[in-house]
Amino acid sequence: MTGPAPRRPLPGLRSLSLLGFAALWQLAAWAAASDLLPTPAAVLASLWGHAKSGELGYHLQITLARVAVSFLIAMAVGTAIGILMGRSRRLDVTLDGVLVLGLNIPALVTIILCYVWFGLTEVAAILAVSINKIPTVVVTVREGAKAVDRGLMEVAKVYRVGKLTTLFKVYLPQLYPYLMAAARSGLALIWKIVLVVELLGRSNGVGFQLGNYFHFFDIESILAYTLAFAAVIMLVEAVGMRPLERRFTRWRS
Amino acid sequence: MMAASRHGLDSMDSAHTHARAGHDGGLQVAIARKAFESPPNLVLENIEFNVAPGEFVAIVGPSGAGKSTLLNIVAGLDRHYEGRAGASGTSEAGEWKARIGYVFQAPRLMPWLSALDNVRLVLPPDSASADTAREVLREVGLEGYEDAYPGQLSGGMQRRVALARAFGVNPALLLMDEPFGSLDEPLAWRLREHLQSLWLHRRSMVLFVTHNLEEALSLADRVLFLSPRPARVVLEQVVDLPRPRRRDDPGVERLRSELLAHHPELLAGRTGDGEATGTASASTGSS
Repeated sequence: MTGPAPRRPLPGLRSLSLLGFAALWQLAAWAAASDLLPTPAAVLASLWGHAKSGELGYHLQITLARVAVSFLIAMAVGTAIGILMGRSRRLDVTLDGVLVLGLNIPALVTIILCYVWFGLTEVAAILAVSINKIPTVVVTVREGAKAVDRGLMEVAKVYRVGKLTTLFKVYLPQLYPYLMAAARSGLALIWKIVLVVELLGRSNGVGFQLGNYFHFFDIESILAYTLAFAAVIMLVEAVGMRPLERRFTRWRS
Repeated sequence: MMAASRHGLDSMDSAHTHARAGHDGGLQVAIARKAFESPPNLVLENIEFNVAPGEFVAIVGPSGAGKSTLLNIVAGLDRHYEGRAGASGTSEAGEWKARIGYVFQAPRLMPWLSALDNVRLVLPPDSASADTAREVLREVGLEGYEDAYPGQLSGGMQRRVALARAFGVNPALLLMDEPFGSLDEPLAWRLREHLQSLWLHRRSMVLFVTHNLEEALSLADRVLFLSPRPARVVLEQVVDLPRPRRRDDPGVERLRSELLAHHPELLAGRTGDGEATGTASASTGSS
């Protein structure tokens, strides 16, 4: 799926753009000179304060756990359904209507309904997030399953390659680019939804904290939490997703 | 069953093949009908032949005759046909079905597996598989390329990996679909000679599809000529020449000219007396 060009980023370019953003922010803060737009330094100080009290770590950890669980559920269920729909035209046609519906229901509606039907519980929260993400995973993986090379599957069949080996060495490698695409967009979508879920019906997590600070108009803290969370997600991308992708596409070099 | 359509050039032809046909453990093909639905299209009709254990049979036919379809049926990849294709004899009918090697028209390697792992993929997952894979890769001249991915190999090398993969399972039946089709001639000849020596060594049944008459006569014990769609066997030719047969083998060349003199349109899948028949008949037996 990715182009043949080497995808190694130019070193420094990534951090340079972030520095530029921080500089713009600083300038804007000076110009505004208002409590509603604190300077980067003020936000960093606030971040440090929240981190030292242990409060930031606690909420961050809870939110990350929710992101991880709903991410895994959405990927597993979405991949399974996507593969089945990609393989069977009948199933594809049958489920397509539901899929389009699922893609277009606003996240907020799913969240409210889950809380109303299943109570303000952890299960309802995780379920709401997963349901929001599953349809997009299905759509991506289904495309991959449709593009599976029948010729390679025939090789496995003629040579009587075992079912599990066929799955992991012949079938899934063809889906990896699609799974990676689903995972990346999934991570980005899921953590945003998790915050909303926490805001509406949980008493901990980053979303819950943001809600509290919103009530007090504590912009410094809101930005501090946002910054911390964005940093963690970038870390996950850097140490998780990118090495994983490099591993899967090693053979392309 | 085939007598009506057989025009033996070689006088010992019929006796020879009849003695070989129907061996236990051989391959027996009797396909009454094979059609594709969209577009509606009759591909094979009343096609019958046997392959004896250890026999090398080539199938020659015009392109689009349904040769690949035939191989897919024998391989068990295509089950939508009327008739039968499988082990002859009554005992353990499917026994060798577990050991089929199939060299497809394209190499069909897994791009994400190294050459070694592509071969290992089809081997039983035990500790010996790495050694076996290394050995067959060495046999096709790919020593030192074990860790290369298919994308790093040339087309000819990829084909050799596909050959190694087929040899690696020590197949009882080896199916080959124009395996040397798009290679340059010197390389193709190296691989043909290599195939012959491997076959002499291992003696598996081989069903070799090609549209190259010289190739068929160089490799096979027996050549079956197919008609255009719907394909059936129009001529069967035993090739009783000493091995190994090299490039430009005089025996092969002579047999080729005799065949073409007798059946000028043979490669288009049509037998029958050409204008040249009169002059060629001196060297041929009665049919």
